[in-house]
Amino acid sequence: MTSVSRDRSLGSLGLAVSQASVTRKPTREDWLQRGLILLVALWLLVSVVLPLGQILSRSLVNSNGEWVGLANYRTYFTTPGLAISMRNTLWVSFTSTLISVGLGFGYSYALTRTCMPLKGLMRLLVMLPLYLPSLAQAIGLIYLFGNQGLVSTGLFGLLPEWRIGLYGPTGIILGESLYCLPQAVLILSTALLLADARLYEASLALRTPPWRTFCTVTLPGIRFGLVSAIFVCFTLVFTDFGVPKVVGGNYNVLATDIYKQVIGQQNLVMGATISVLMLVPTVIAFVVDRLVQQRQVALVGSRVVPYRPRPNPWLDWAAFGFCGLVAGAILAVLGALVVASLVRVWPYQLTLSLRHYNLNAAPGGGYPAYWNSLRMSAYTAIFGTVVVFVSAYLVEKSRQWPKLRSLIYFASTLPVALPGLVLGLAYIFFFNTPSWGGIPNPFHGLYSSMSLLVICNIVHFYTVSFLTASTALKQLDPEFEAVGSCLGVPFYRTFWRVTTPLCLPAILQIGTFFFVQAMVTVSAVIFLYPPNLRLASVAVVNMDDAGNIASAAAMSTLIVLTSLGIQLLYWAATTRLRRWSQAWKER
Amino acid sequence: MLQGLHHPIESTFGSQTSQDTFSQTDPYLQLHQIHKTFGRFTALSNINLEVRRGEFVCLLGPSGCGKTTLLRIIAGLEEPDRGHIWQAGQDITALPPSQRDFGIVFQSYALFPNLTAAQNIAYGLVNAGIPKAKREERVAQLLALVGLSEFGAKYPAQLSGGQQQRIALARALALSPGLLLLDEPLSALDAQVRANLRGEIVQLQKRLGVTTVMVTHDQLEALTMADRIVVMDRGSIVQVGTPIEIYQQPQTPFVARFIGVMNFLPGVLESSEQARCQDYRLQVSNPKAIPVGSLVTLAIRPEDIRVGACASVNTLEAAVLRFEFLGAVYRLWLRVGDGLELLLDLSVQEARQAQIQRDRPLLIQLPPEHIHLFETQP
Repeated sequence: MTSVSRDRSLGSLGLAVSQASVTRKPTREDWLQRGLILLVALWLLVSVVLPLGQILSRSLVNSNGEWVGLANYRTYFTTPGLAISMRNTLWVSFTSTLISVGLGFGYSYALTRTCMPLKGLMRLLVMLPLYLPSLAQAIGLIYLFGNQGLVSTGLFGLLPEWRIGLYGPTGIILGESLYCLPQAVLILSTALLLADARLYEASLALRTPPWRTFCTVTLPGIRFGLVSAIFVCFTLVFTDFGVPKVVGGNYNVLATDIYKQVIGQQNLVMGATISVLMLVPTVIAFVVDRLVQQRQVALVGSRVVPYRPRPNPWLDWAAFGFCGLVAGAILAVLGALVVASLVRVWPYQLTLSLRHYNLNAAPGGGYPAYWNSLRMSAYTAIFGTVVVFVSAYLVEKSRQWPKLRSLIYFASTLPVALPGLVLGLAYIFFFNTPSWGGIPNPFHGLYSSMSLLVICNIVHFYTVSFLTASTALKQLDPEFEAVGSCLGVPFYRTFWRVTTPLCLPAILQIGTFFFVQAMVTVSAVIFLYPPNLRLASVAVVNMDDAGNIASAAAMSTLIVLTSLGIQLLYWAATTRLRRWSQAWKER
Repeated sequence: MLQGLHHPIESTFGSQTSQDTFSQTDPYLQLHQIHKTFGRFTALSNINLEVRRGEFVCLLGPSGCGKTTLLRIIAGLEEPDRGHIWQAGQDITALPPSQRDFGIVFQSYALFPNLTAAQNIAYGLVNAGIPKAKREERVAQLLALVGLSEFGAKYPAQLSGGQQQRIALARALALSPGLLLLDEPLSALDAQVRANLRGEIVQLQKRLGVTTVMVTHDQLEALTMADRIVVMDRGSIVQVGTPIEIYQQPQTPFVARFIGVMNFLPGVLESSEQARCQDYRLQVSNPKAIPVGSLVTLAIRPEDIRVGACASVNTLEAAVLRFEFLGAVYRLWLRVGDGLELLLDLSVQEARQAQIQRDRPLLIQLPPEHIHLFETQP
């Protein structure tokens, strides 16, 4: 303790002392926290805010860097080919959203409100599309509905042919609907689970017919979830690159336009312009989602009696049939992909062979690309988890600099509104600039490096991870930090000894999420990977471009197996963790 | 702070503050003009308080009155906008919690769920650099002190609420603090456990002689445990006194209403010793010398009203509207005249003697010495 002023006499404290405002001098720990908060702020500034600013400003200049105002946008909307893709994108986005939210609602309802058999399996199957790149989805569709597809040819001639005209809007909508389905199911089943059983009991006691209960209790209860699901799916489709790239044919959408402008025509300015247009719906979705989230918190009461479905044979079997069909479709696409990678020559020589797995012979980088992807995903998982968890901890638990911390919170939720292609392009603009008007860019050295790929992946999937960590931290007793500081224990010790062990499930979940997403993503890295660092998911694009679809299927299968394997590891780890932590969770 | 560990546990508390300028008769803890706002909300205004060494003080008030904020300011978890705090003669206003000398028990206990009871208790000891053997000895001492010697290896979730509370208390006492802060320590417990722990905590506190400040919104807790009660309302201290003073001589209608049950009768002060309530003239004592002619509120506790035909002053005829049987007492709802309503508590025996029946008139007397007189604020 510090020394006492000797002339302290209680009688003469007087008003002079009491009027003075008392400010506590920051301790060394306070400065450590402030330093860390500054680091996080700097990280978000460099990885999110500045690149985003670059893309906005680049859309307002011409290719020589001269200010042209909105001229680029005028060019965009007056070029017939380009303007049409805006309409196309809106059309496939609306349709796919409608289908995936509709199917997702039925599926979630079956999972949460019926007693159908095999619920656990159904829940697993519908999540499968999360583990493969969206373009793998489309490749699976080619093997079913393409020119030589299983369905198109009527099981290779056994049945009448059935050609749906896959290439174009049909294929995009099919692929995107499957691709978005897991997201819709995740959001809607959470919303349906939050229902209060007492509302249903009250409705029943008032002799309300089921359809009226559905309209007056069920739908209002999930309206926020429904809005959220619609926006999430719409954004996913609107910004997805993989599916239209593979099955879009001549049907142009914004994402493929950006790709063509940047890769094909080297027209970065037009790429930036289209990117900003692509940001419009994602930013709207972002704002709406934040408003909805705020409302939802107020809506969920503290003591909700969970709803338990009762057996109802008709409903249960109908639900089972419906989910069976949807899950069957998912399995068929994935199955077609895996089988096609394993047969000698589809559809002429259907004997099993591993020859397509000789990936080094195919374009795109072969096994080295796969190893690069593994390394990149591992780095993303490790560094991403550390960065996300530490910054969420600082935002939630520190008491220093409240304004800066709420800014950090906002900047951390921002990346969800940035489509991968936009992010990649923004990174080109920001990191590939050697200097701005004489001021050298200290981050220029990162360009064309593994580090930049990892940073890009971390930022691309930052928001979901950050919110997961922040939710886990919010559930801890807010007095833990106070106890530590009252007992004279430095905050980093309490962080290591208490906070981290208690959040371990969330930490593992974040790591797994980062790994799987980095493994399957195409859009964020396709502009950024250097020639000596080819990536598995990008190789799929290149193989498909070169017409080597079987190799693309093989590489996709490898990606699926890897991400599923990581997910299995996660489950095994959490099971062990649960056993280990049972002692302090059990009564 | 550490050499205390060698001594028997009773003598360790508060012994580390041997400031030569600080005498035993000075207040141990002194708050001077503490002021705290959150945005536009004034949480605390002009708080002055002195706590003597070894005293058990309760901060009592409704939720939102600022009592928890005040406790957190004493702990250093919040910083006051203005004002000063002295502990054991030292100005601690600008010190962070880690450099102050206190132990705290939170409402939620905030026991670390992934650490055993013993590890929780040892949490602060580890950091104080105490060697392992000493640490274990100290933890065993503390577990014995709270009567949970067998439970050191258990995790918090495996303990009952009362046991968790005691482990939290042991953790707060581990560093032999000079000051113990308790934030609603019993509010999460069942009524039965709470009643038992009330006594236990007070005994422990007296045995250790550790100066204690407890926050509570439960008047019964404050009345039974505290040496002195500090009643707070809307960020200010309304009254400070022993439990008996607070109960018997409430300084404001708020205190009267908040602690115990009180009847309030509106009236006018007609002379220095007489007030009129509706048509009734009642003798009162007026120690605060409220000016004649003022609007006043007369207050009397239900148990202070006497029953039966006594010929003395302030006797009124009342009608019994209804009554409730509360076990040891009956509570009667009475009406006097047109609009004066009163509560009256009668022991079962008194009630039997008075032959209470509904709609039967009852003679009651309001003894002037039990009537509290408050000036009505316009």
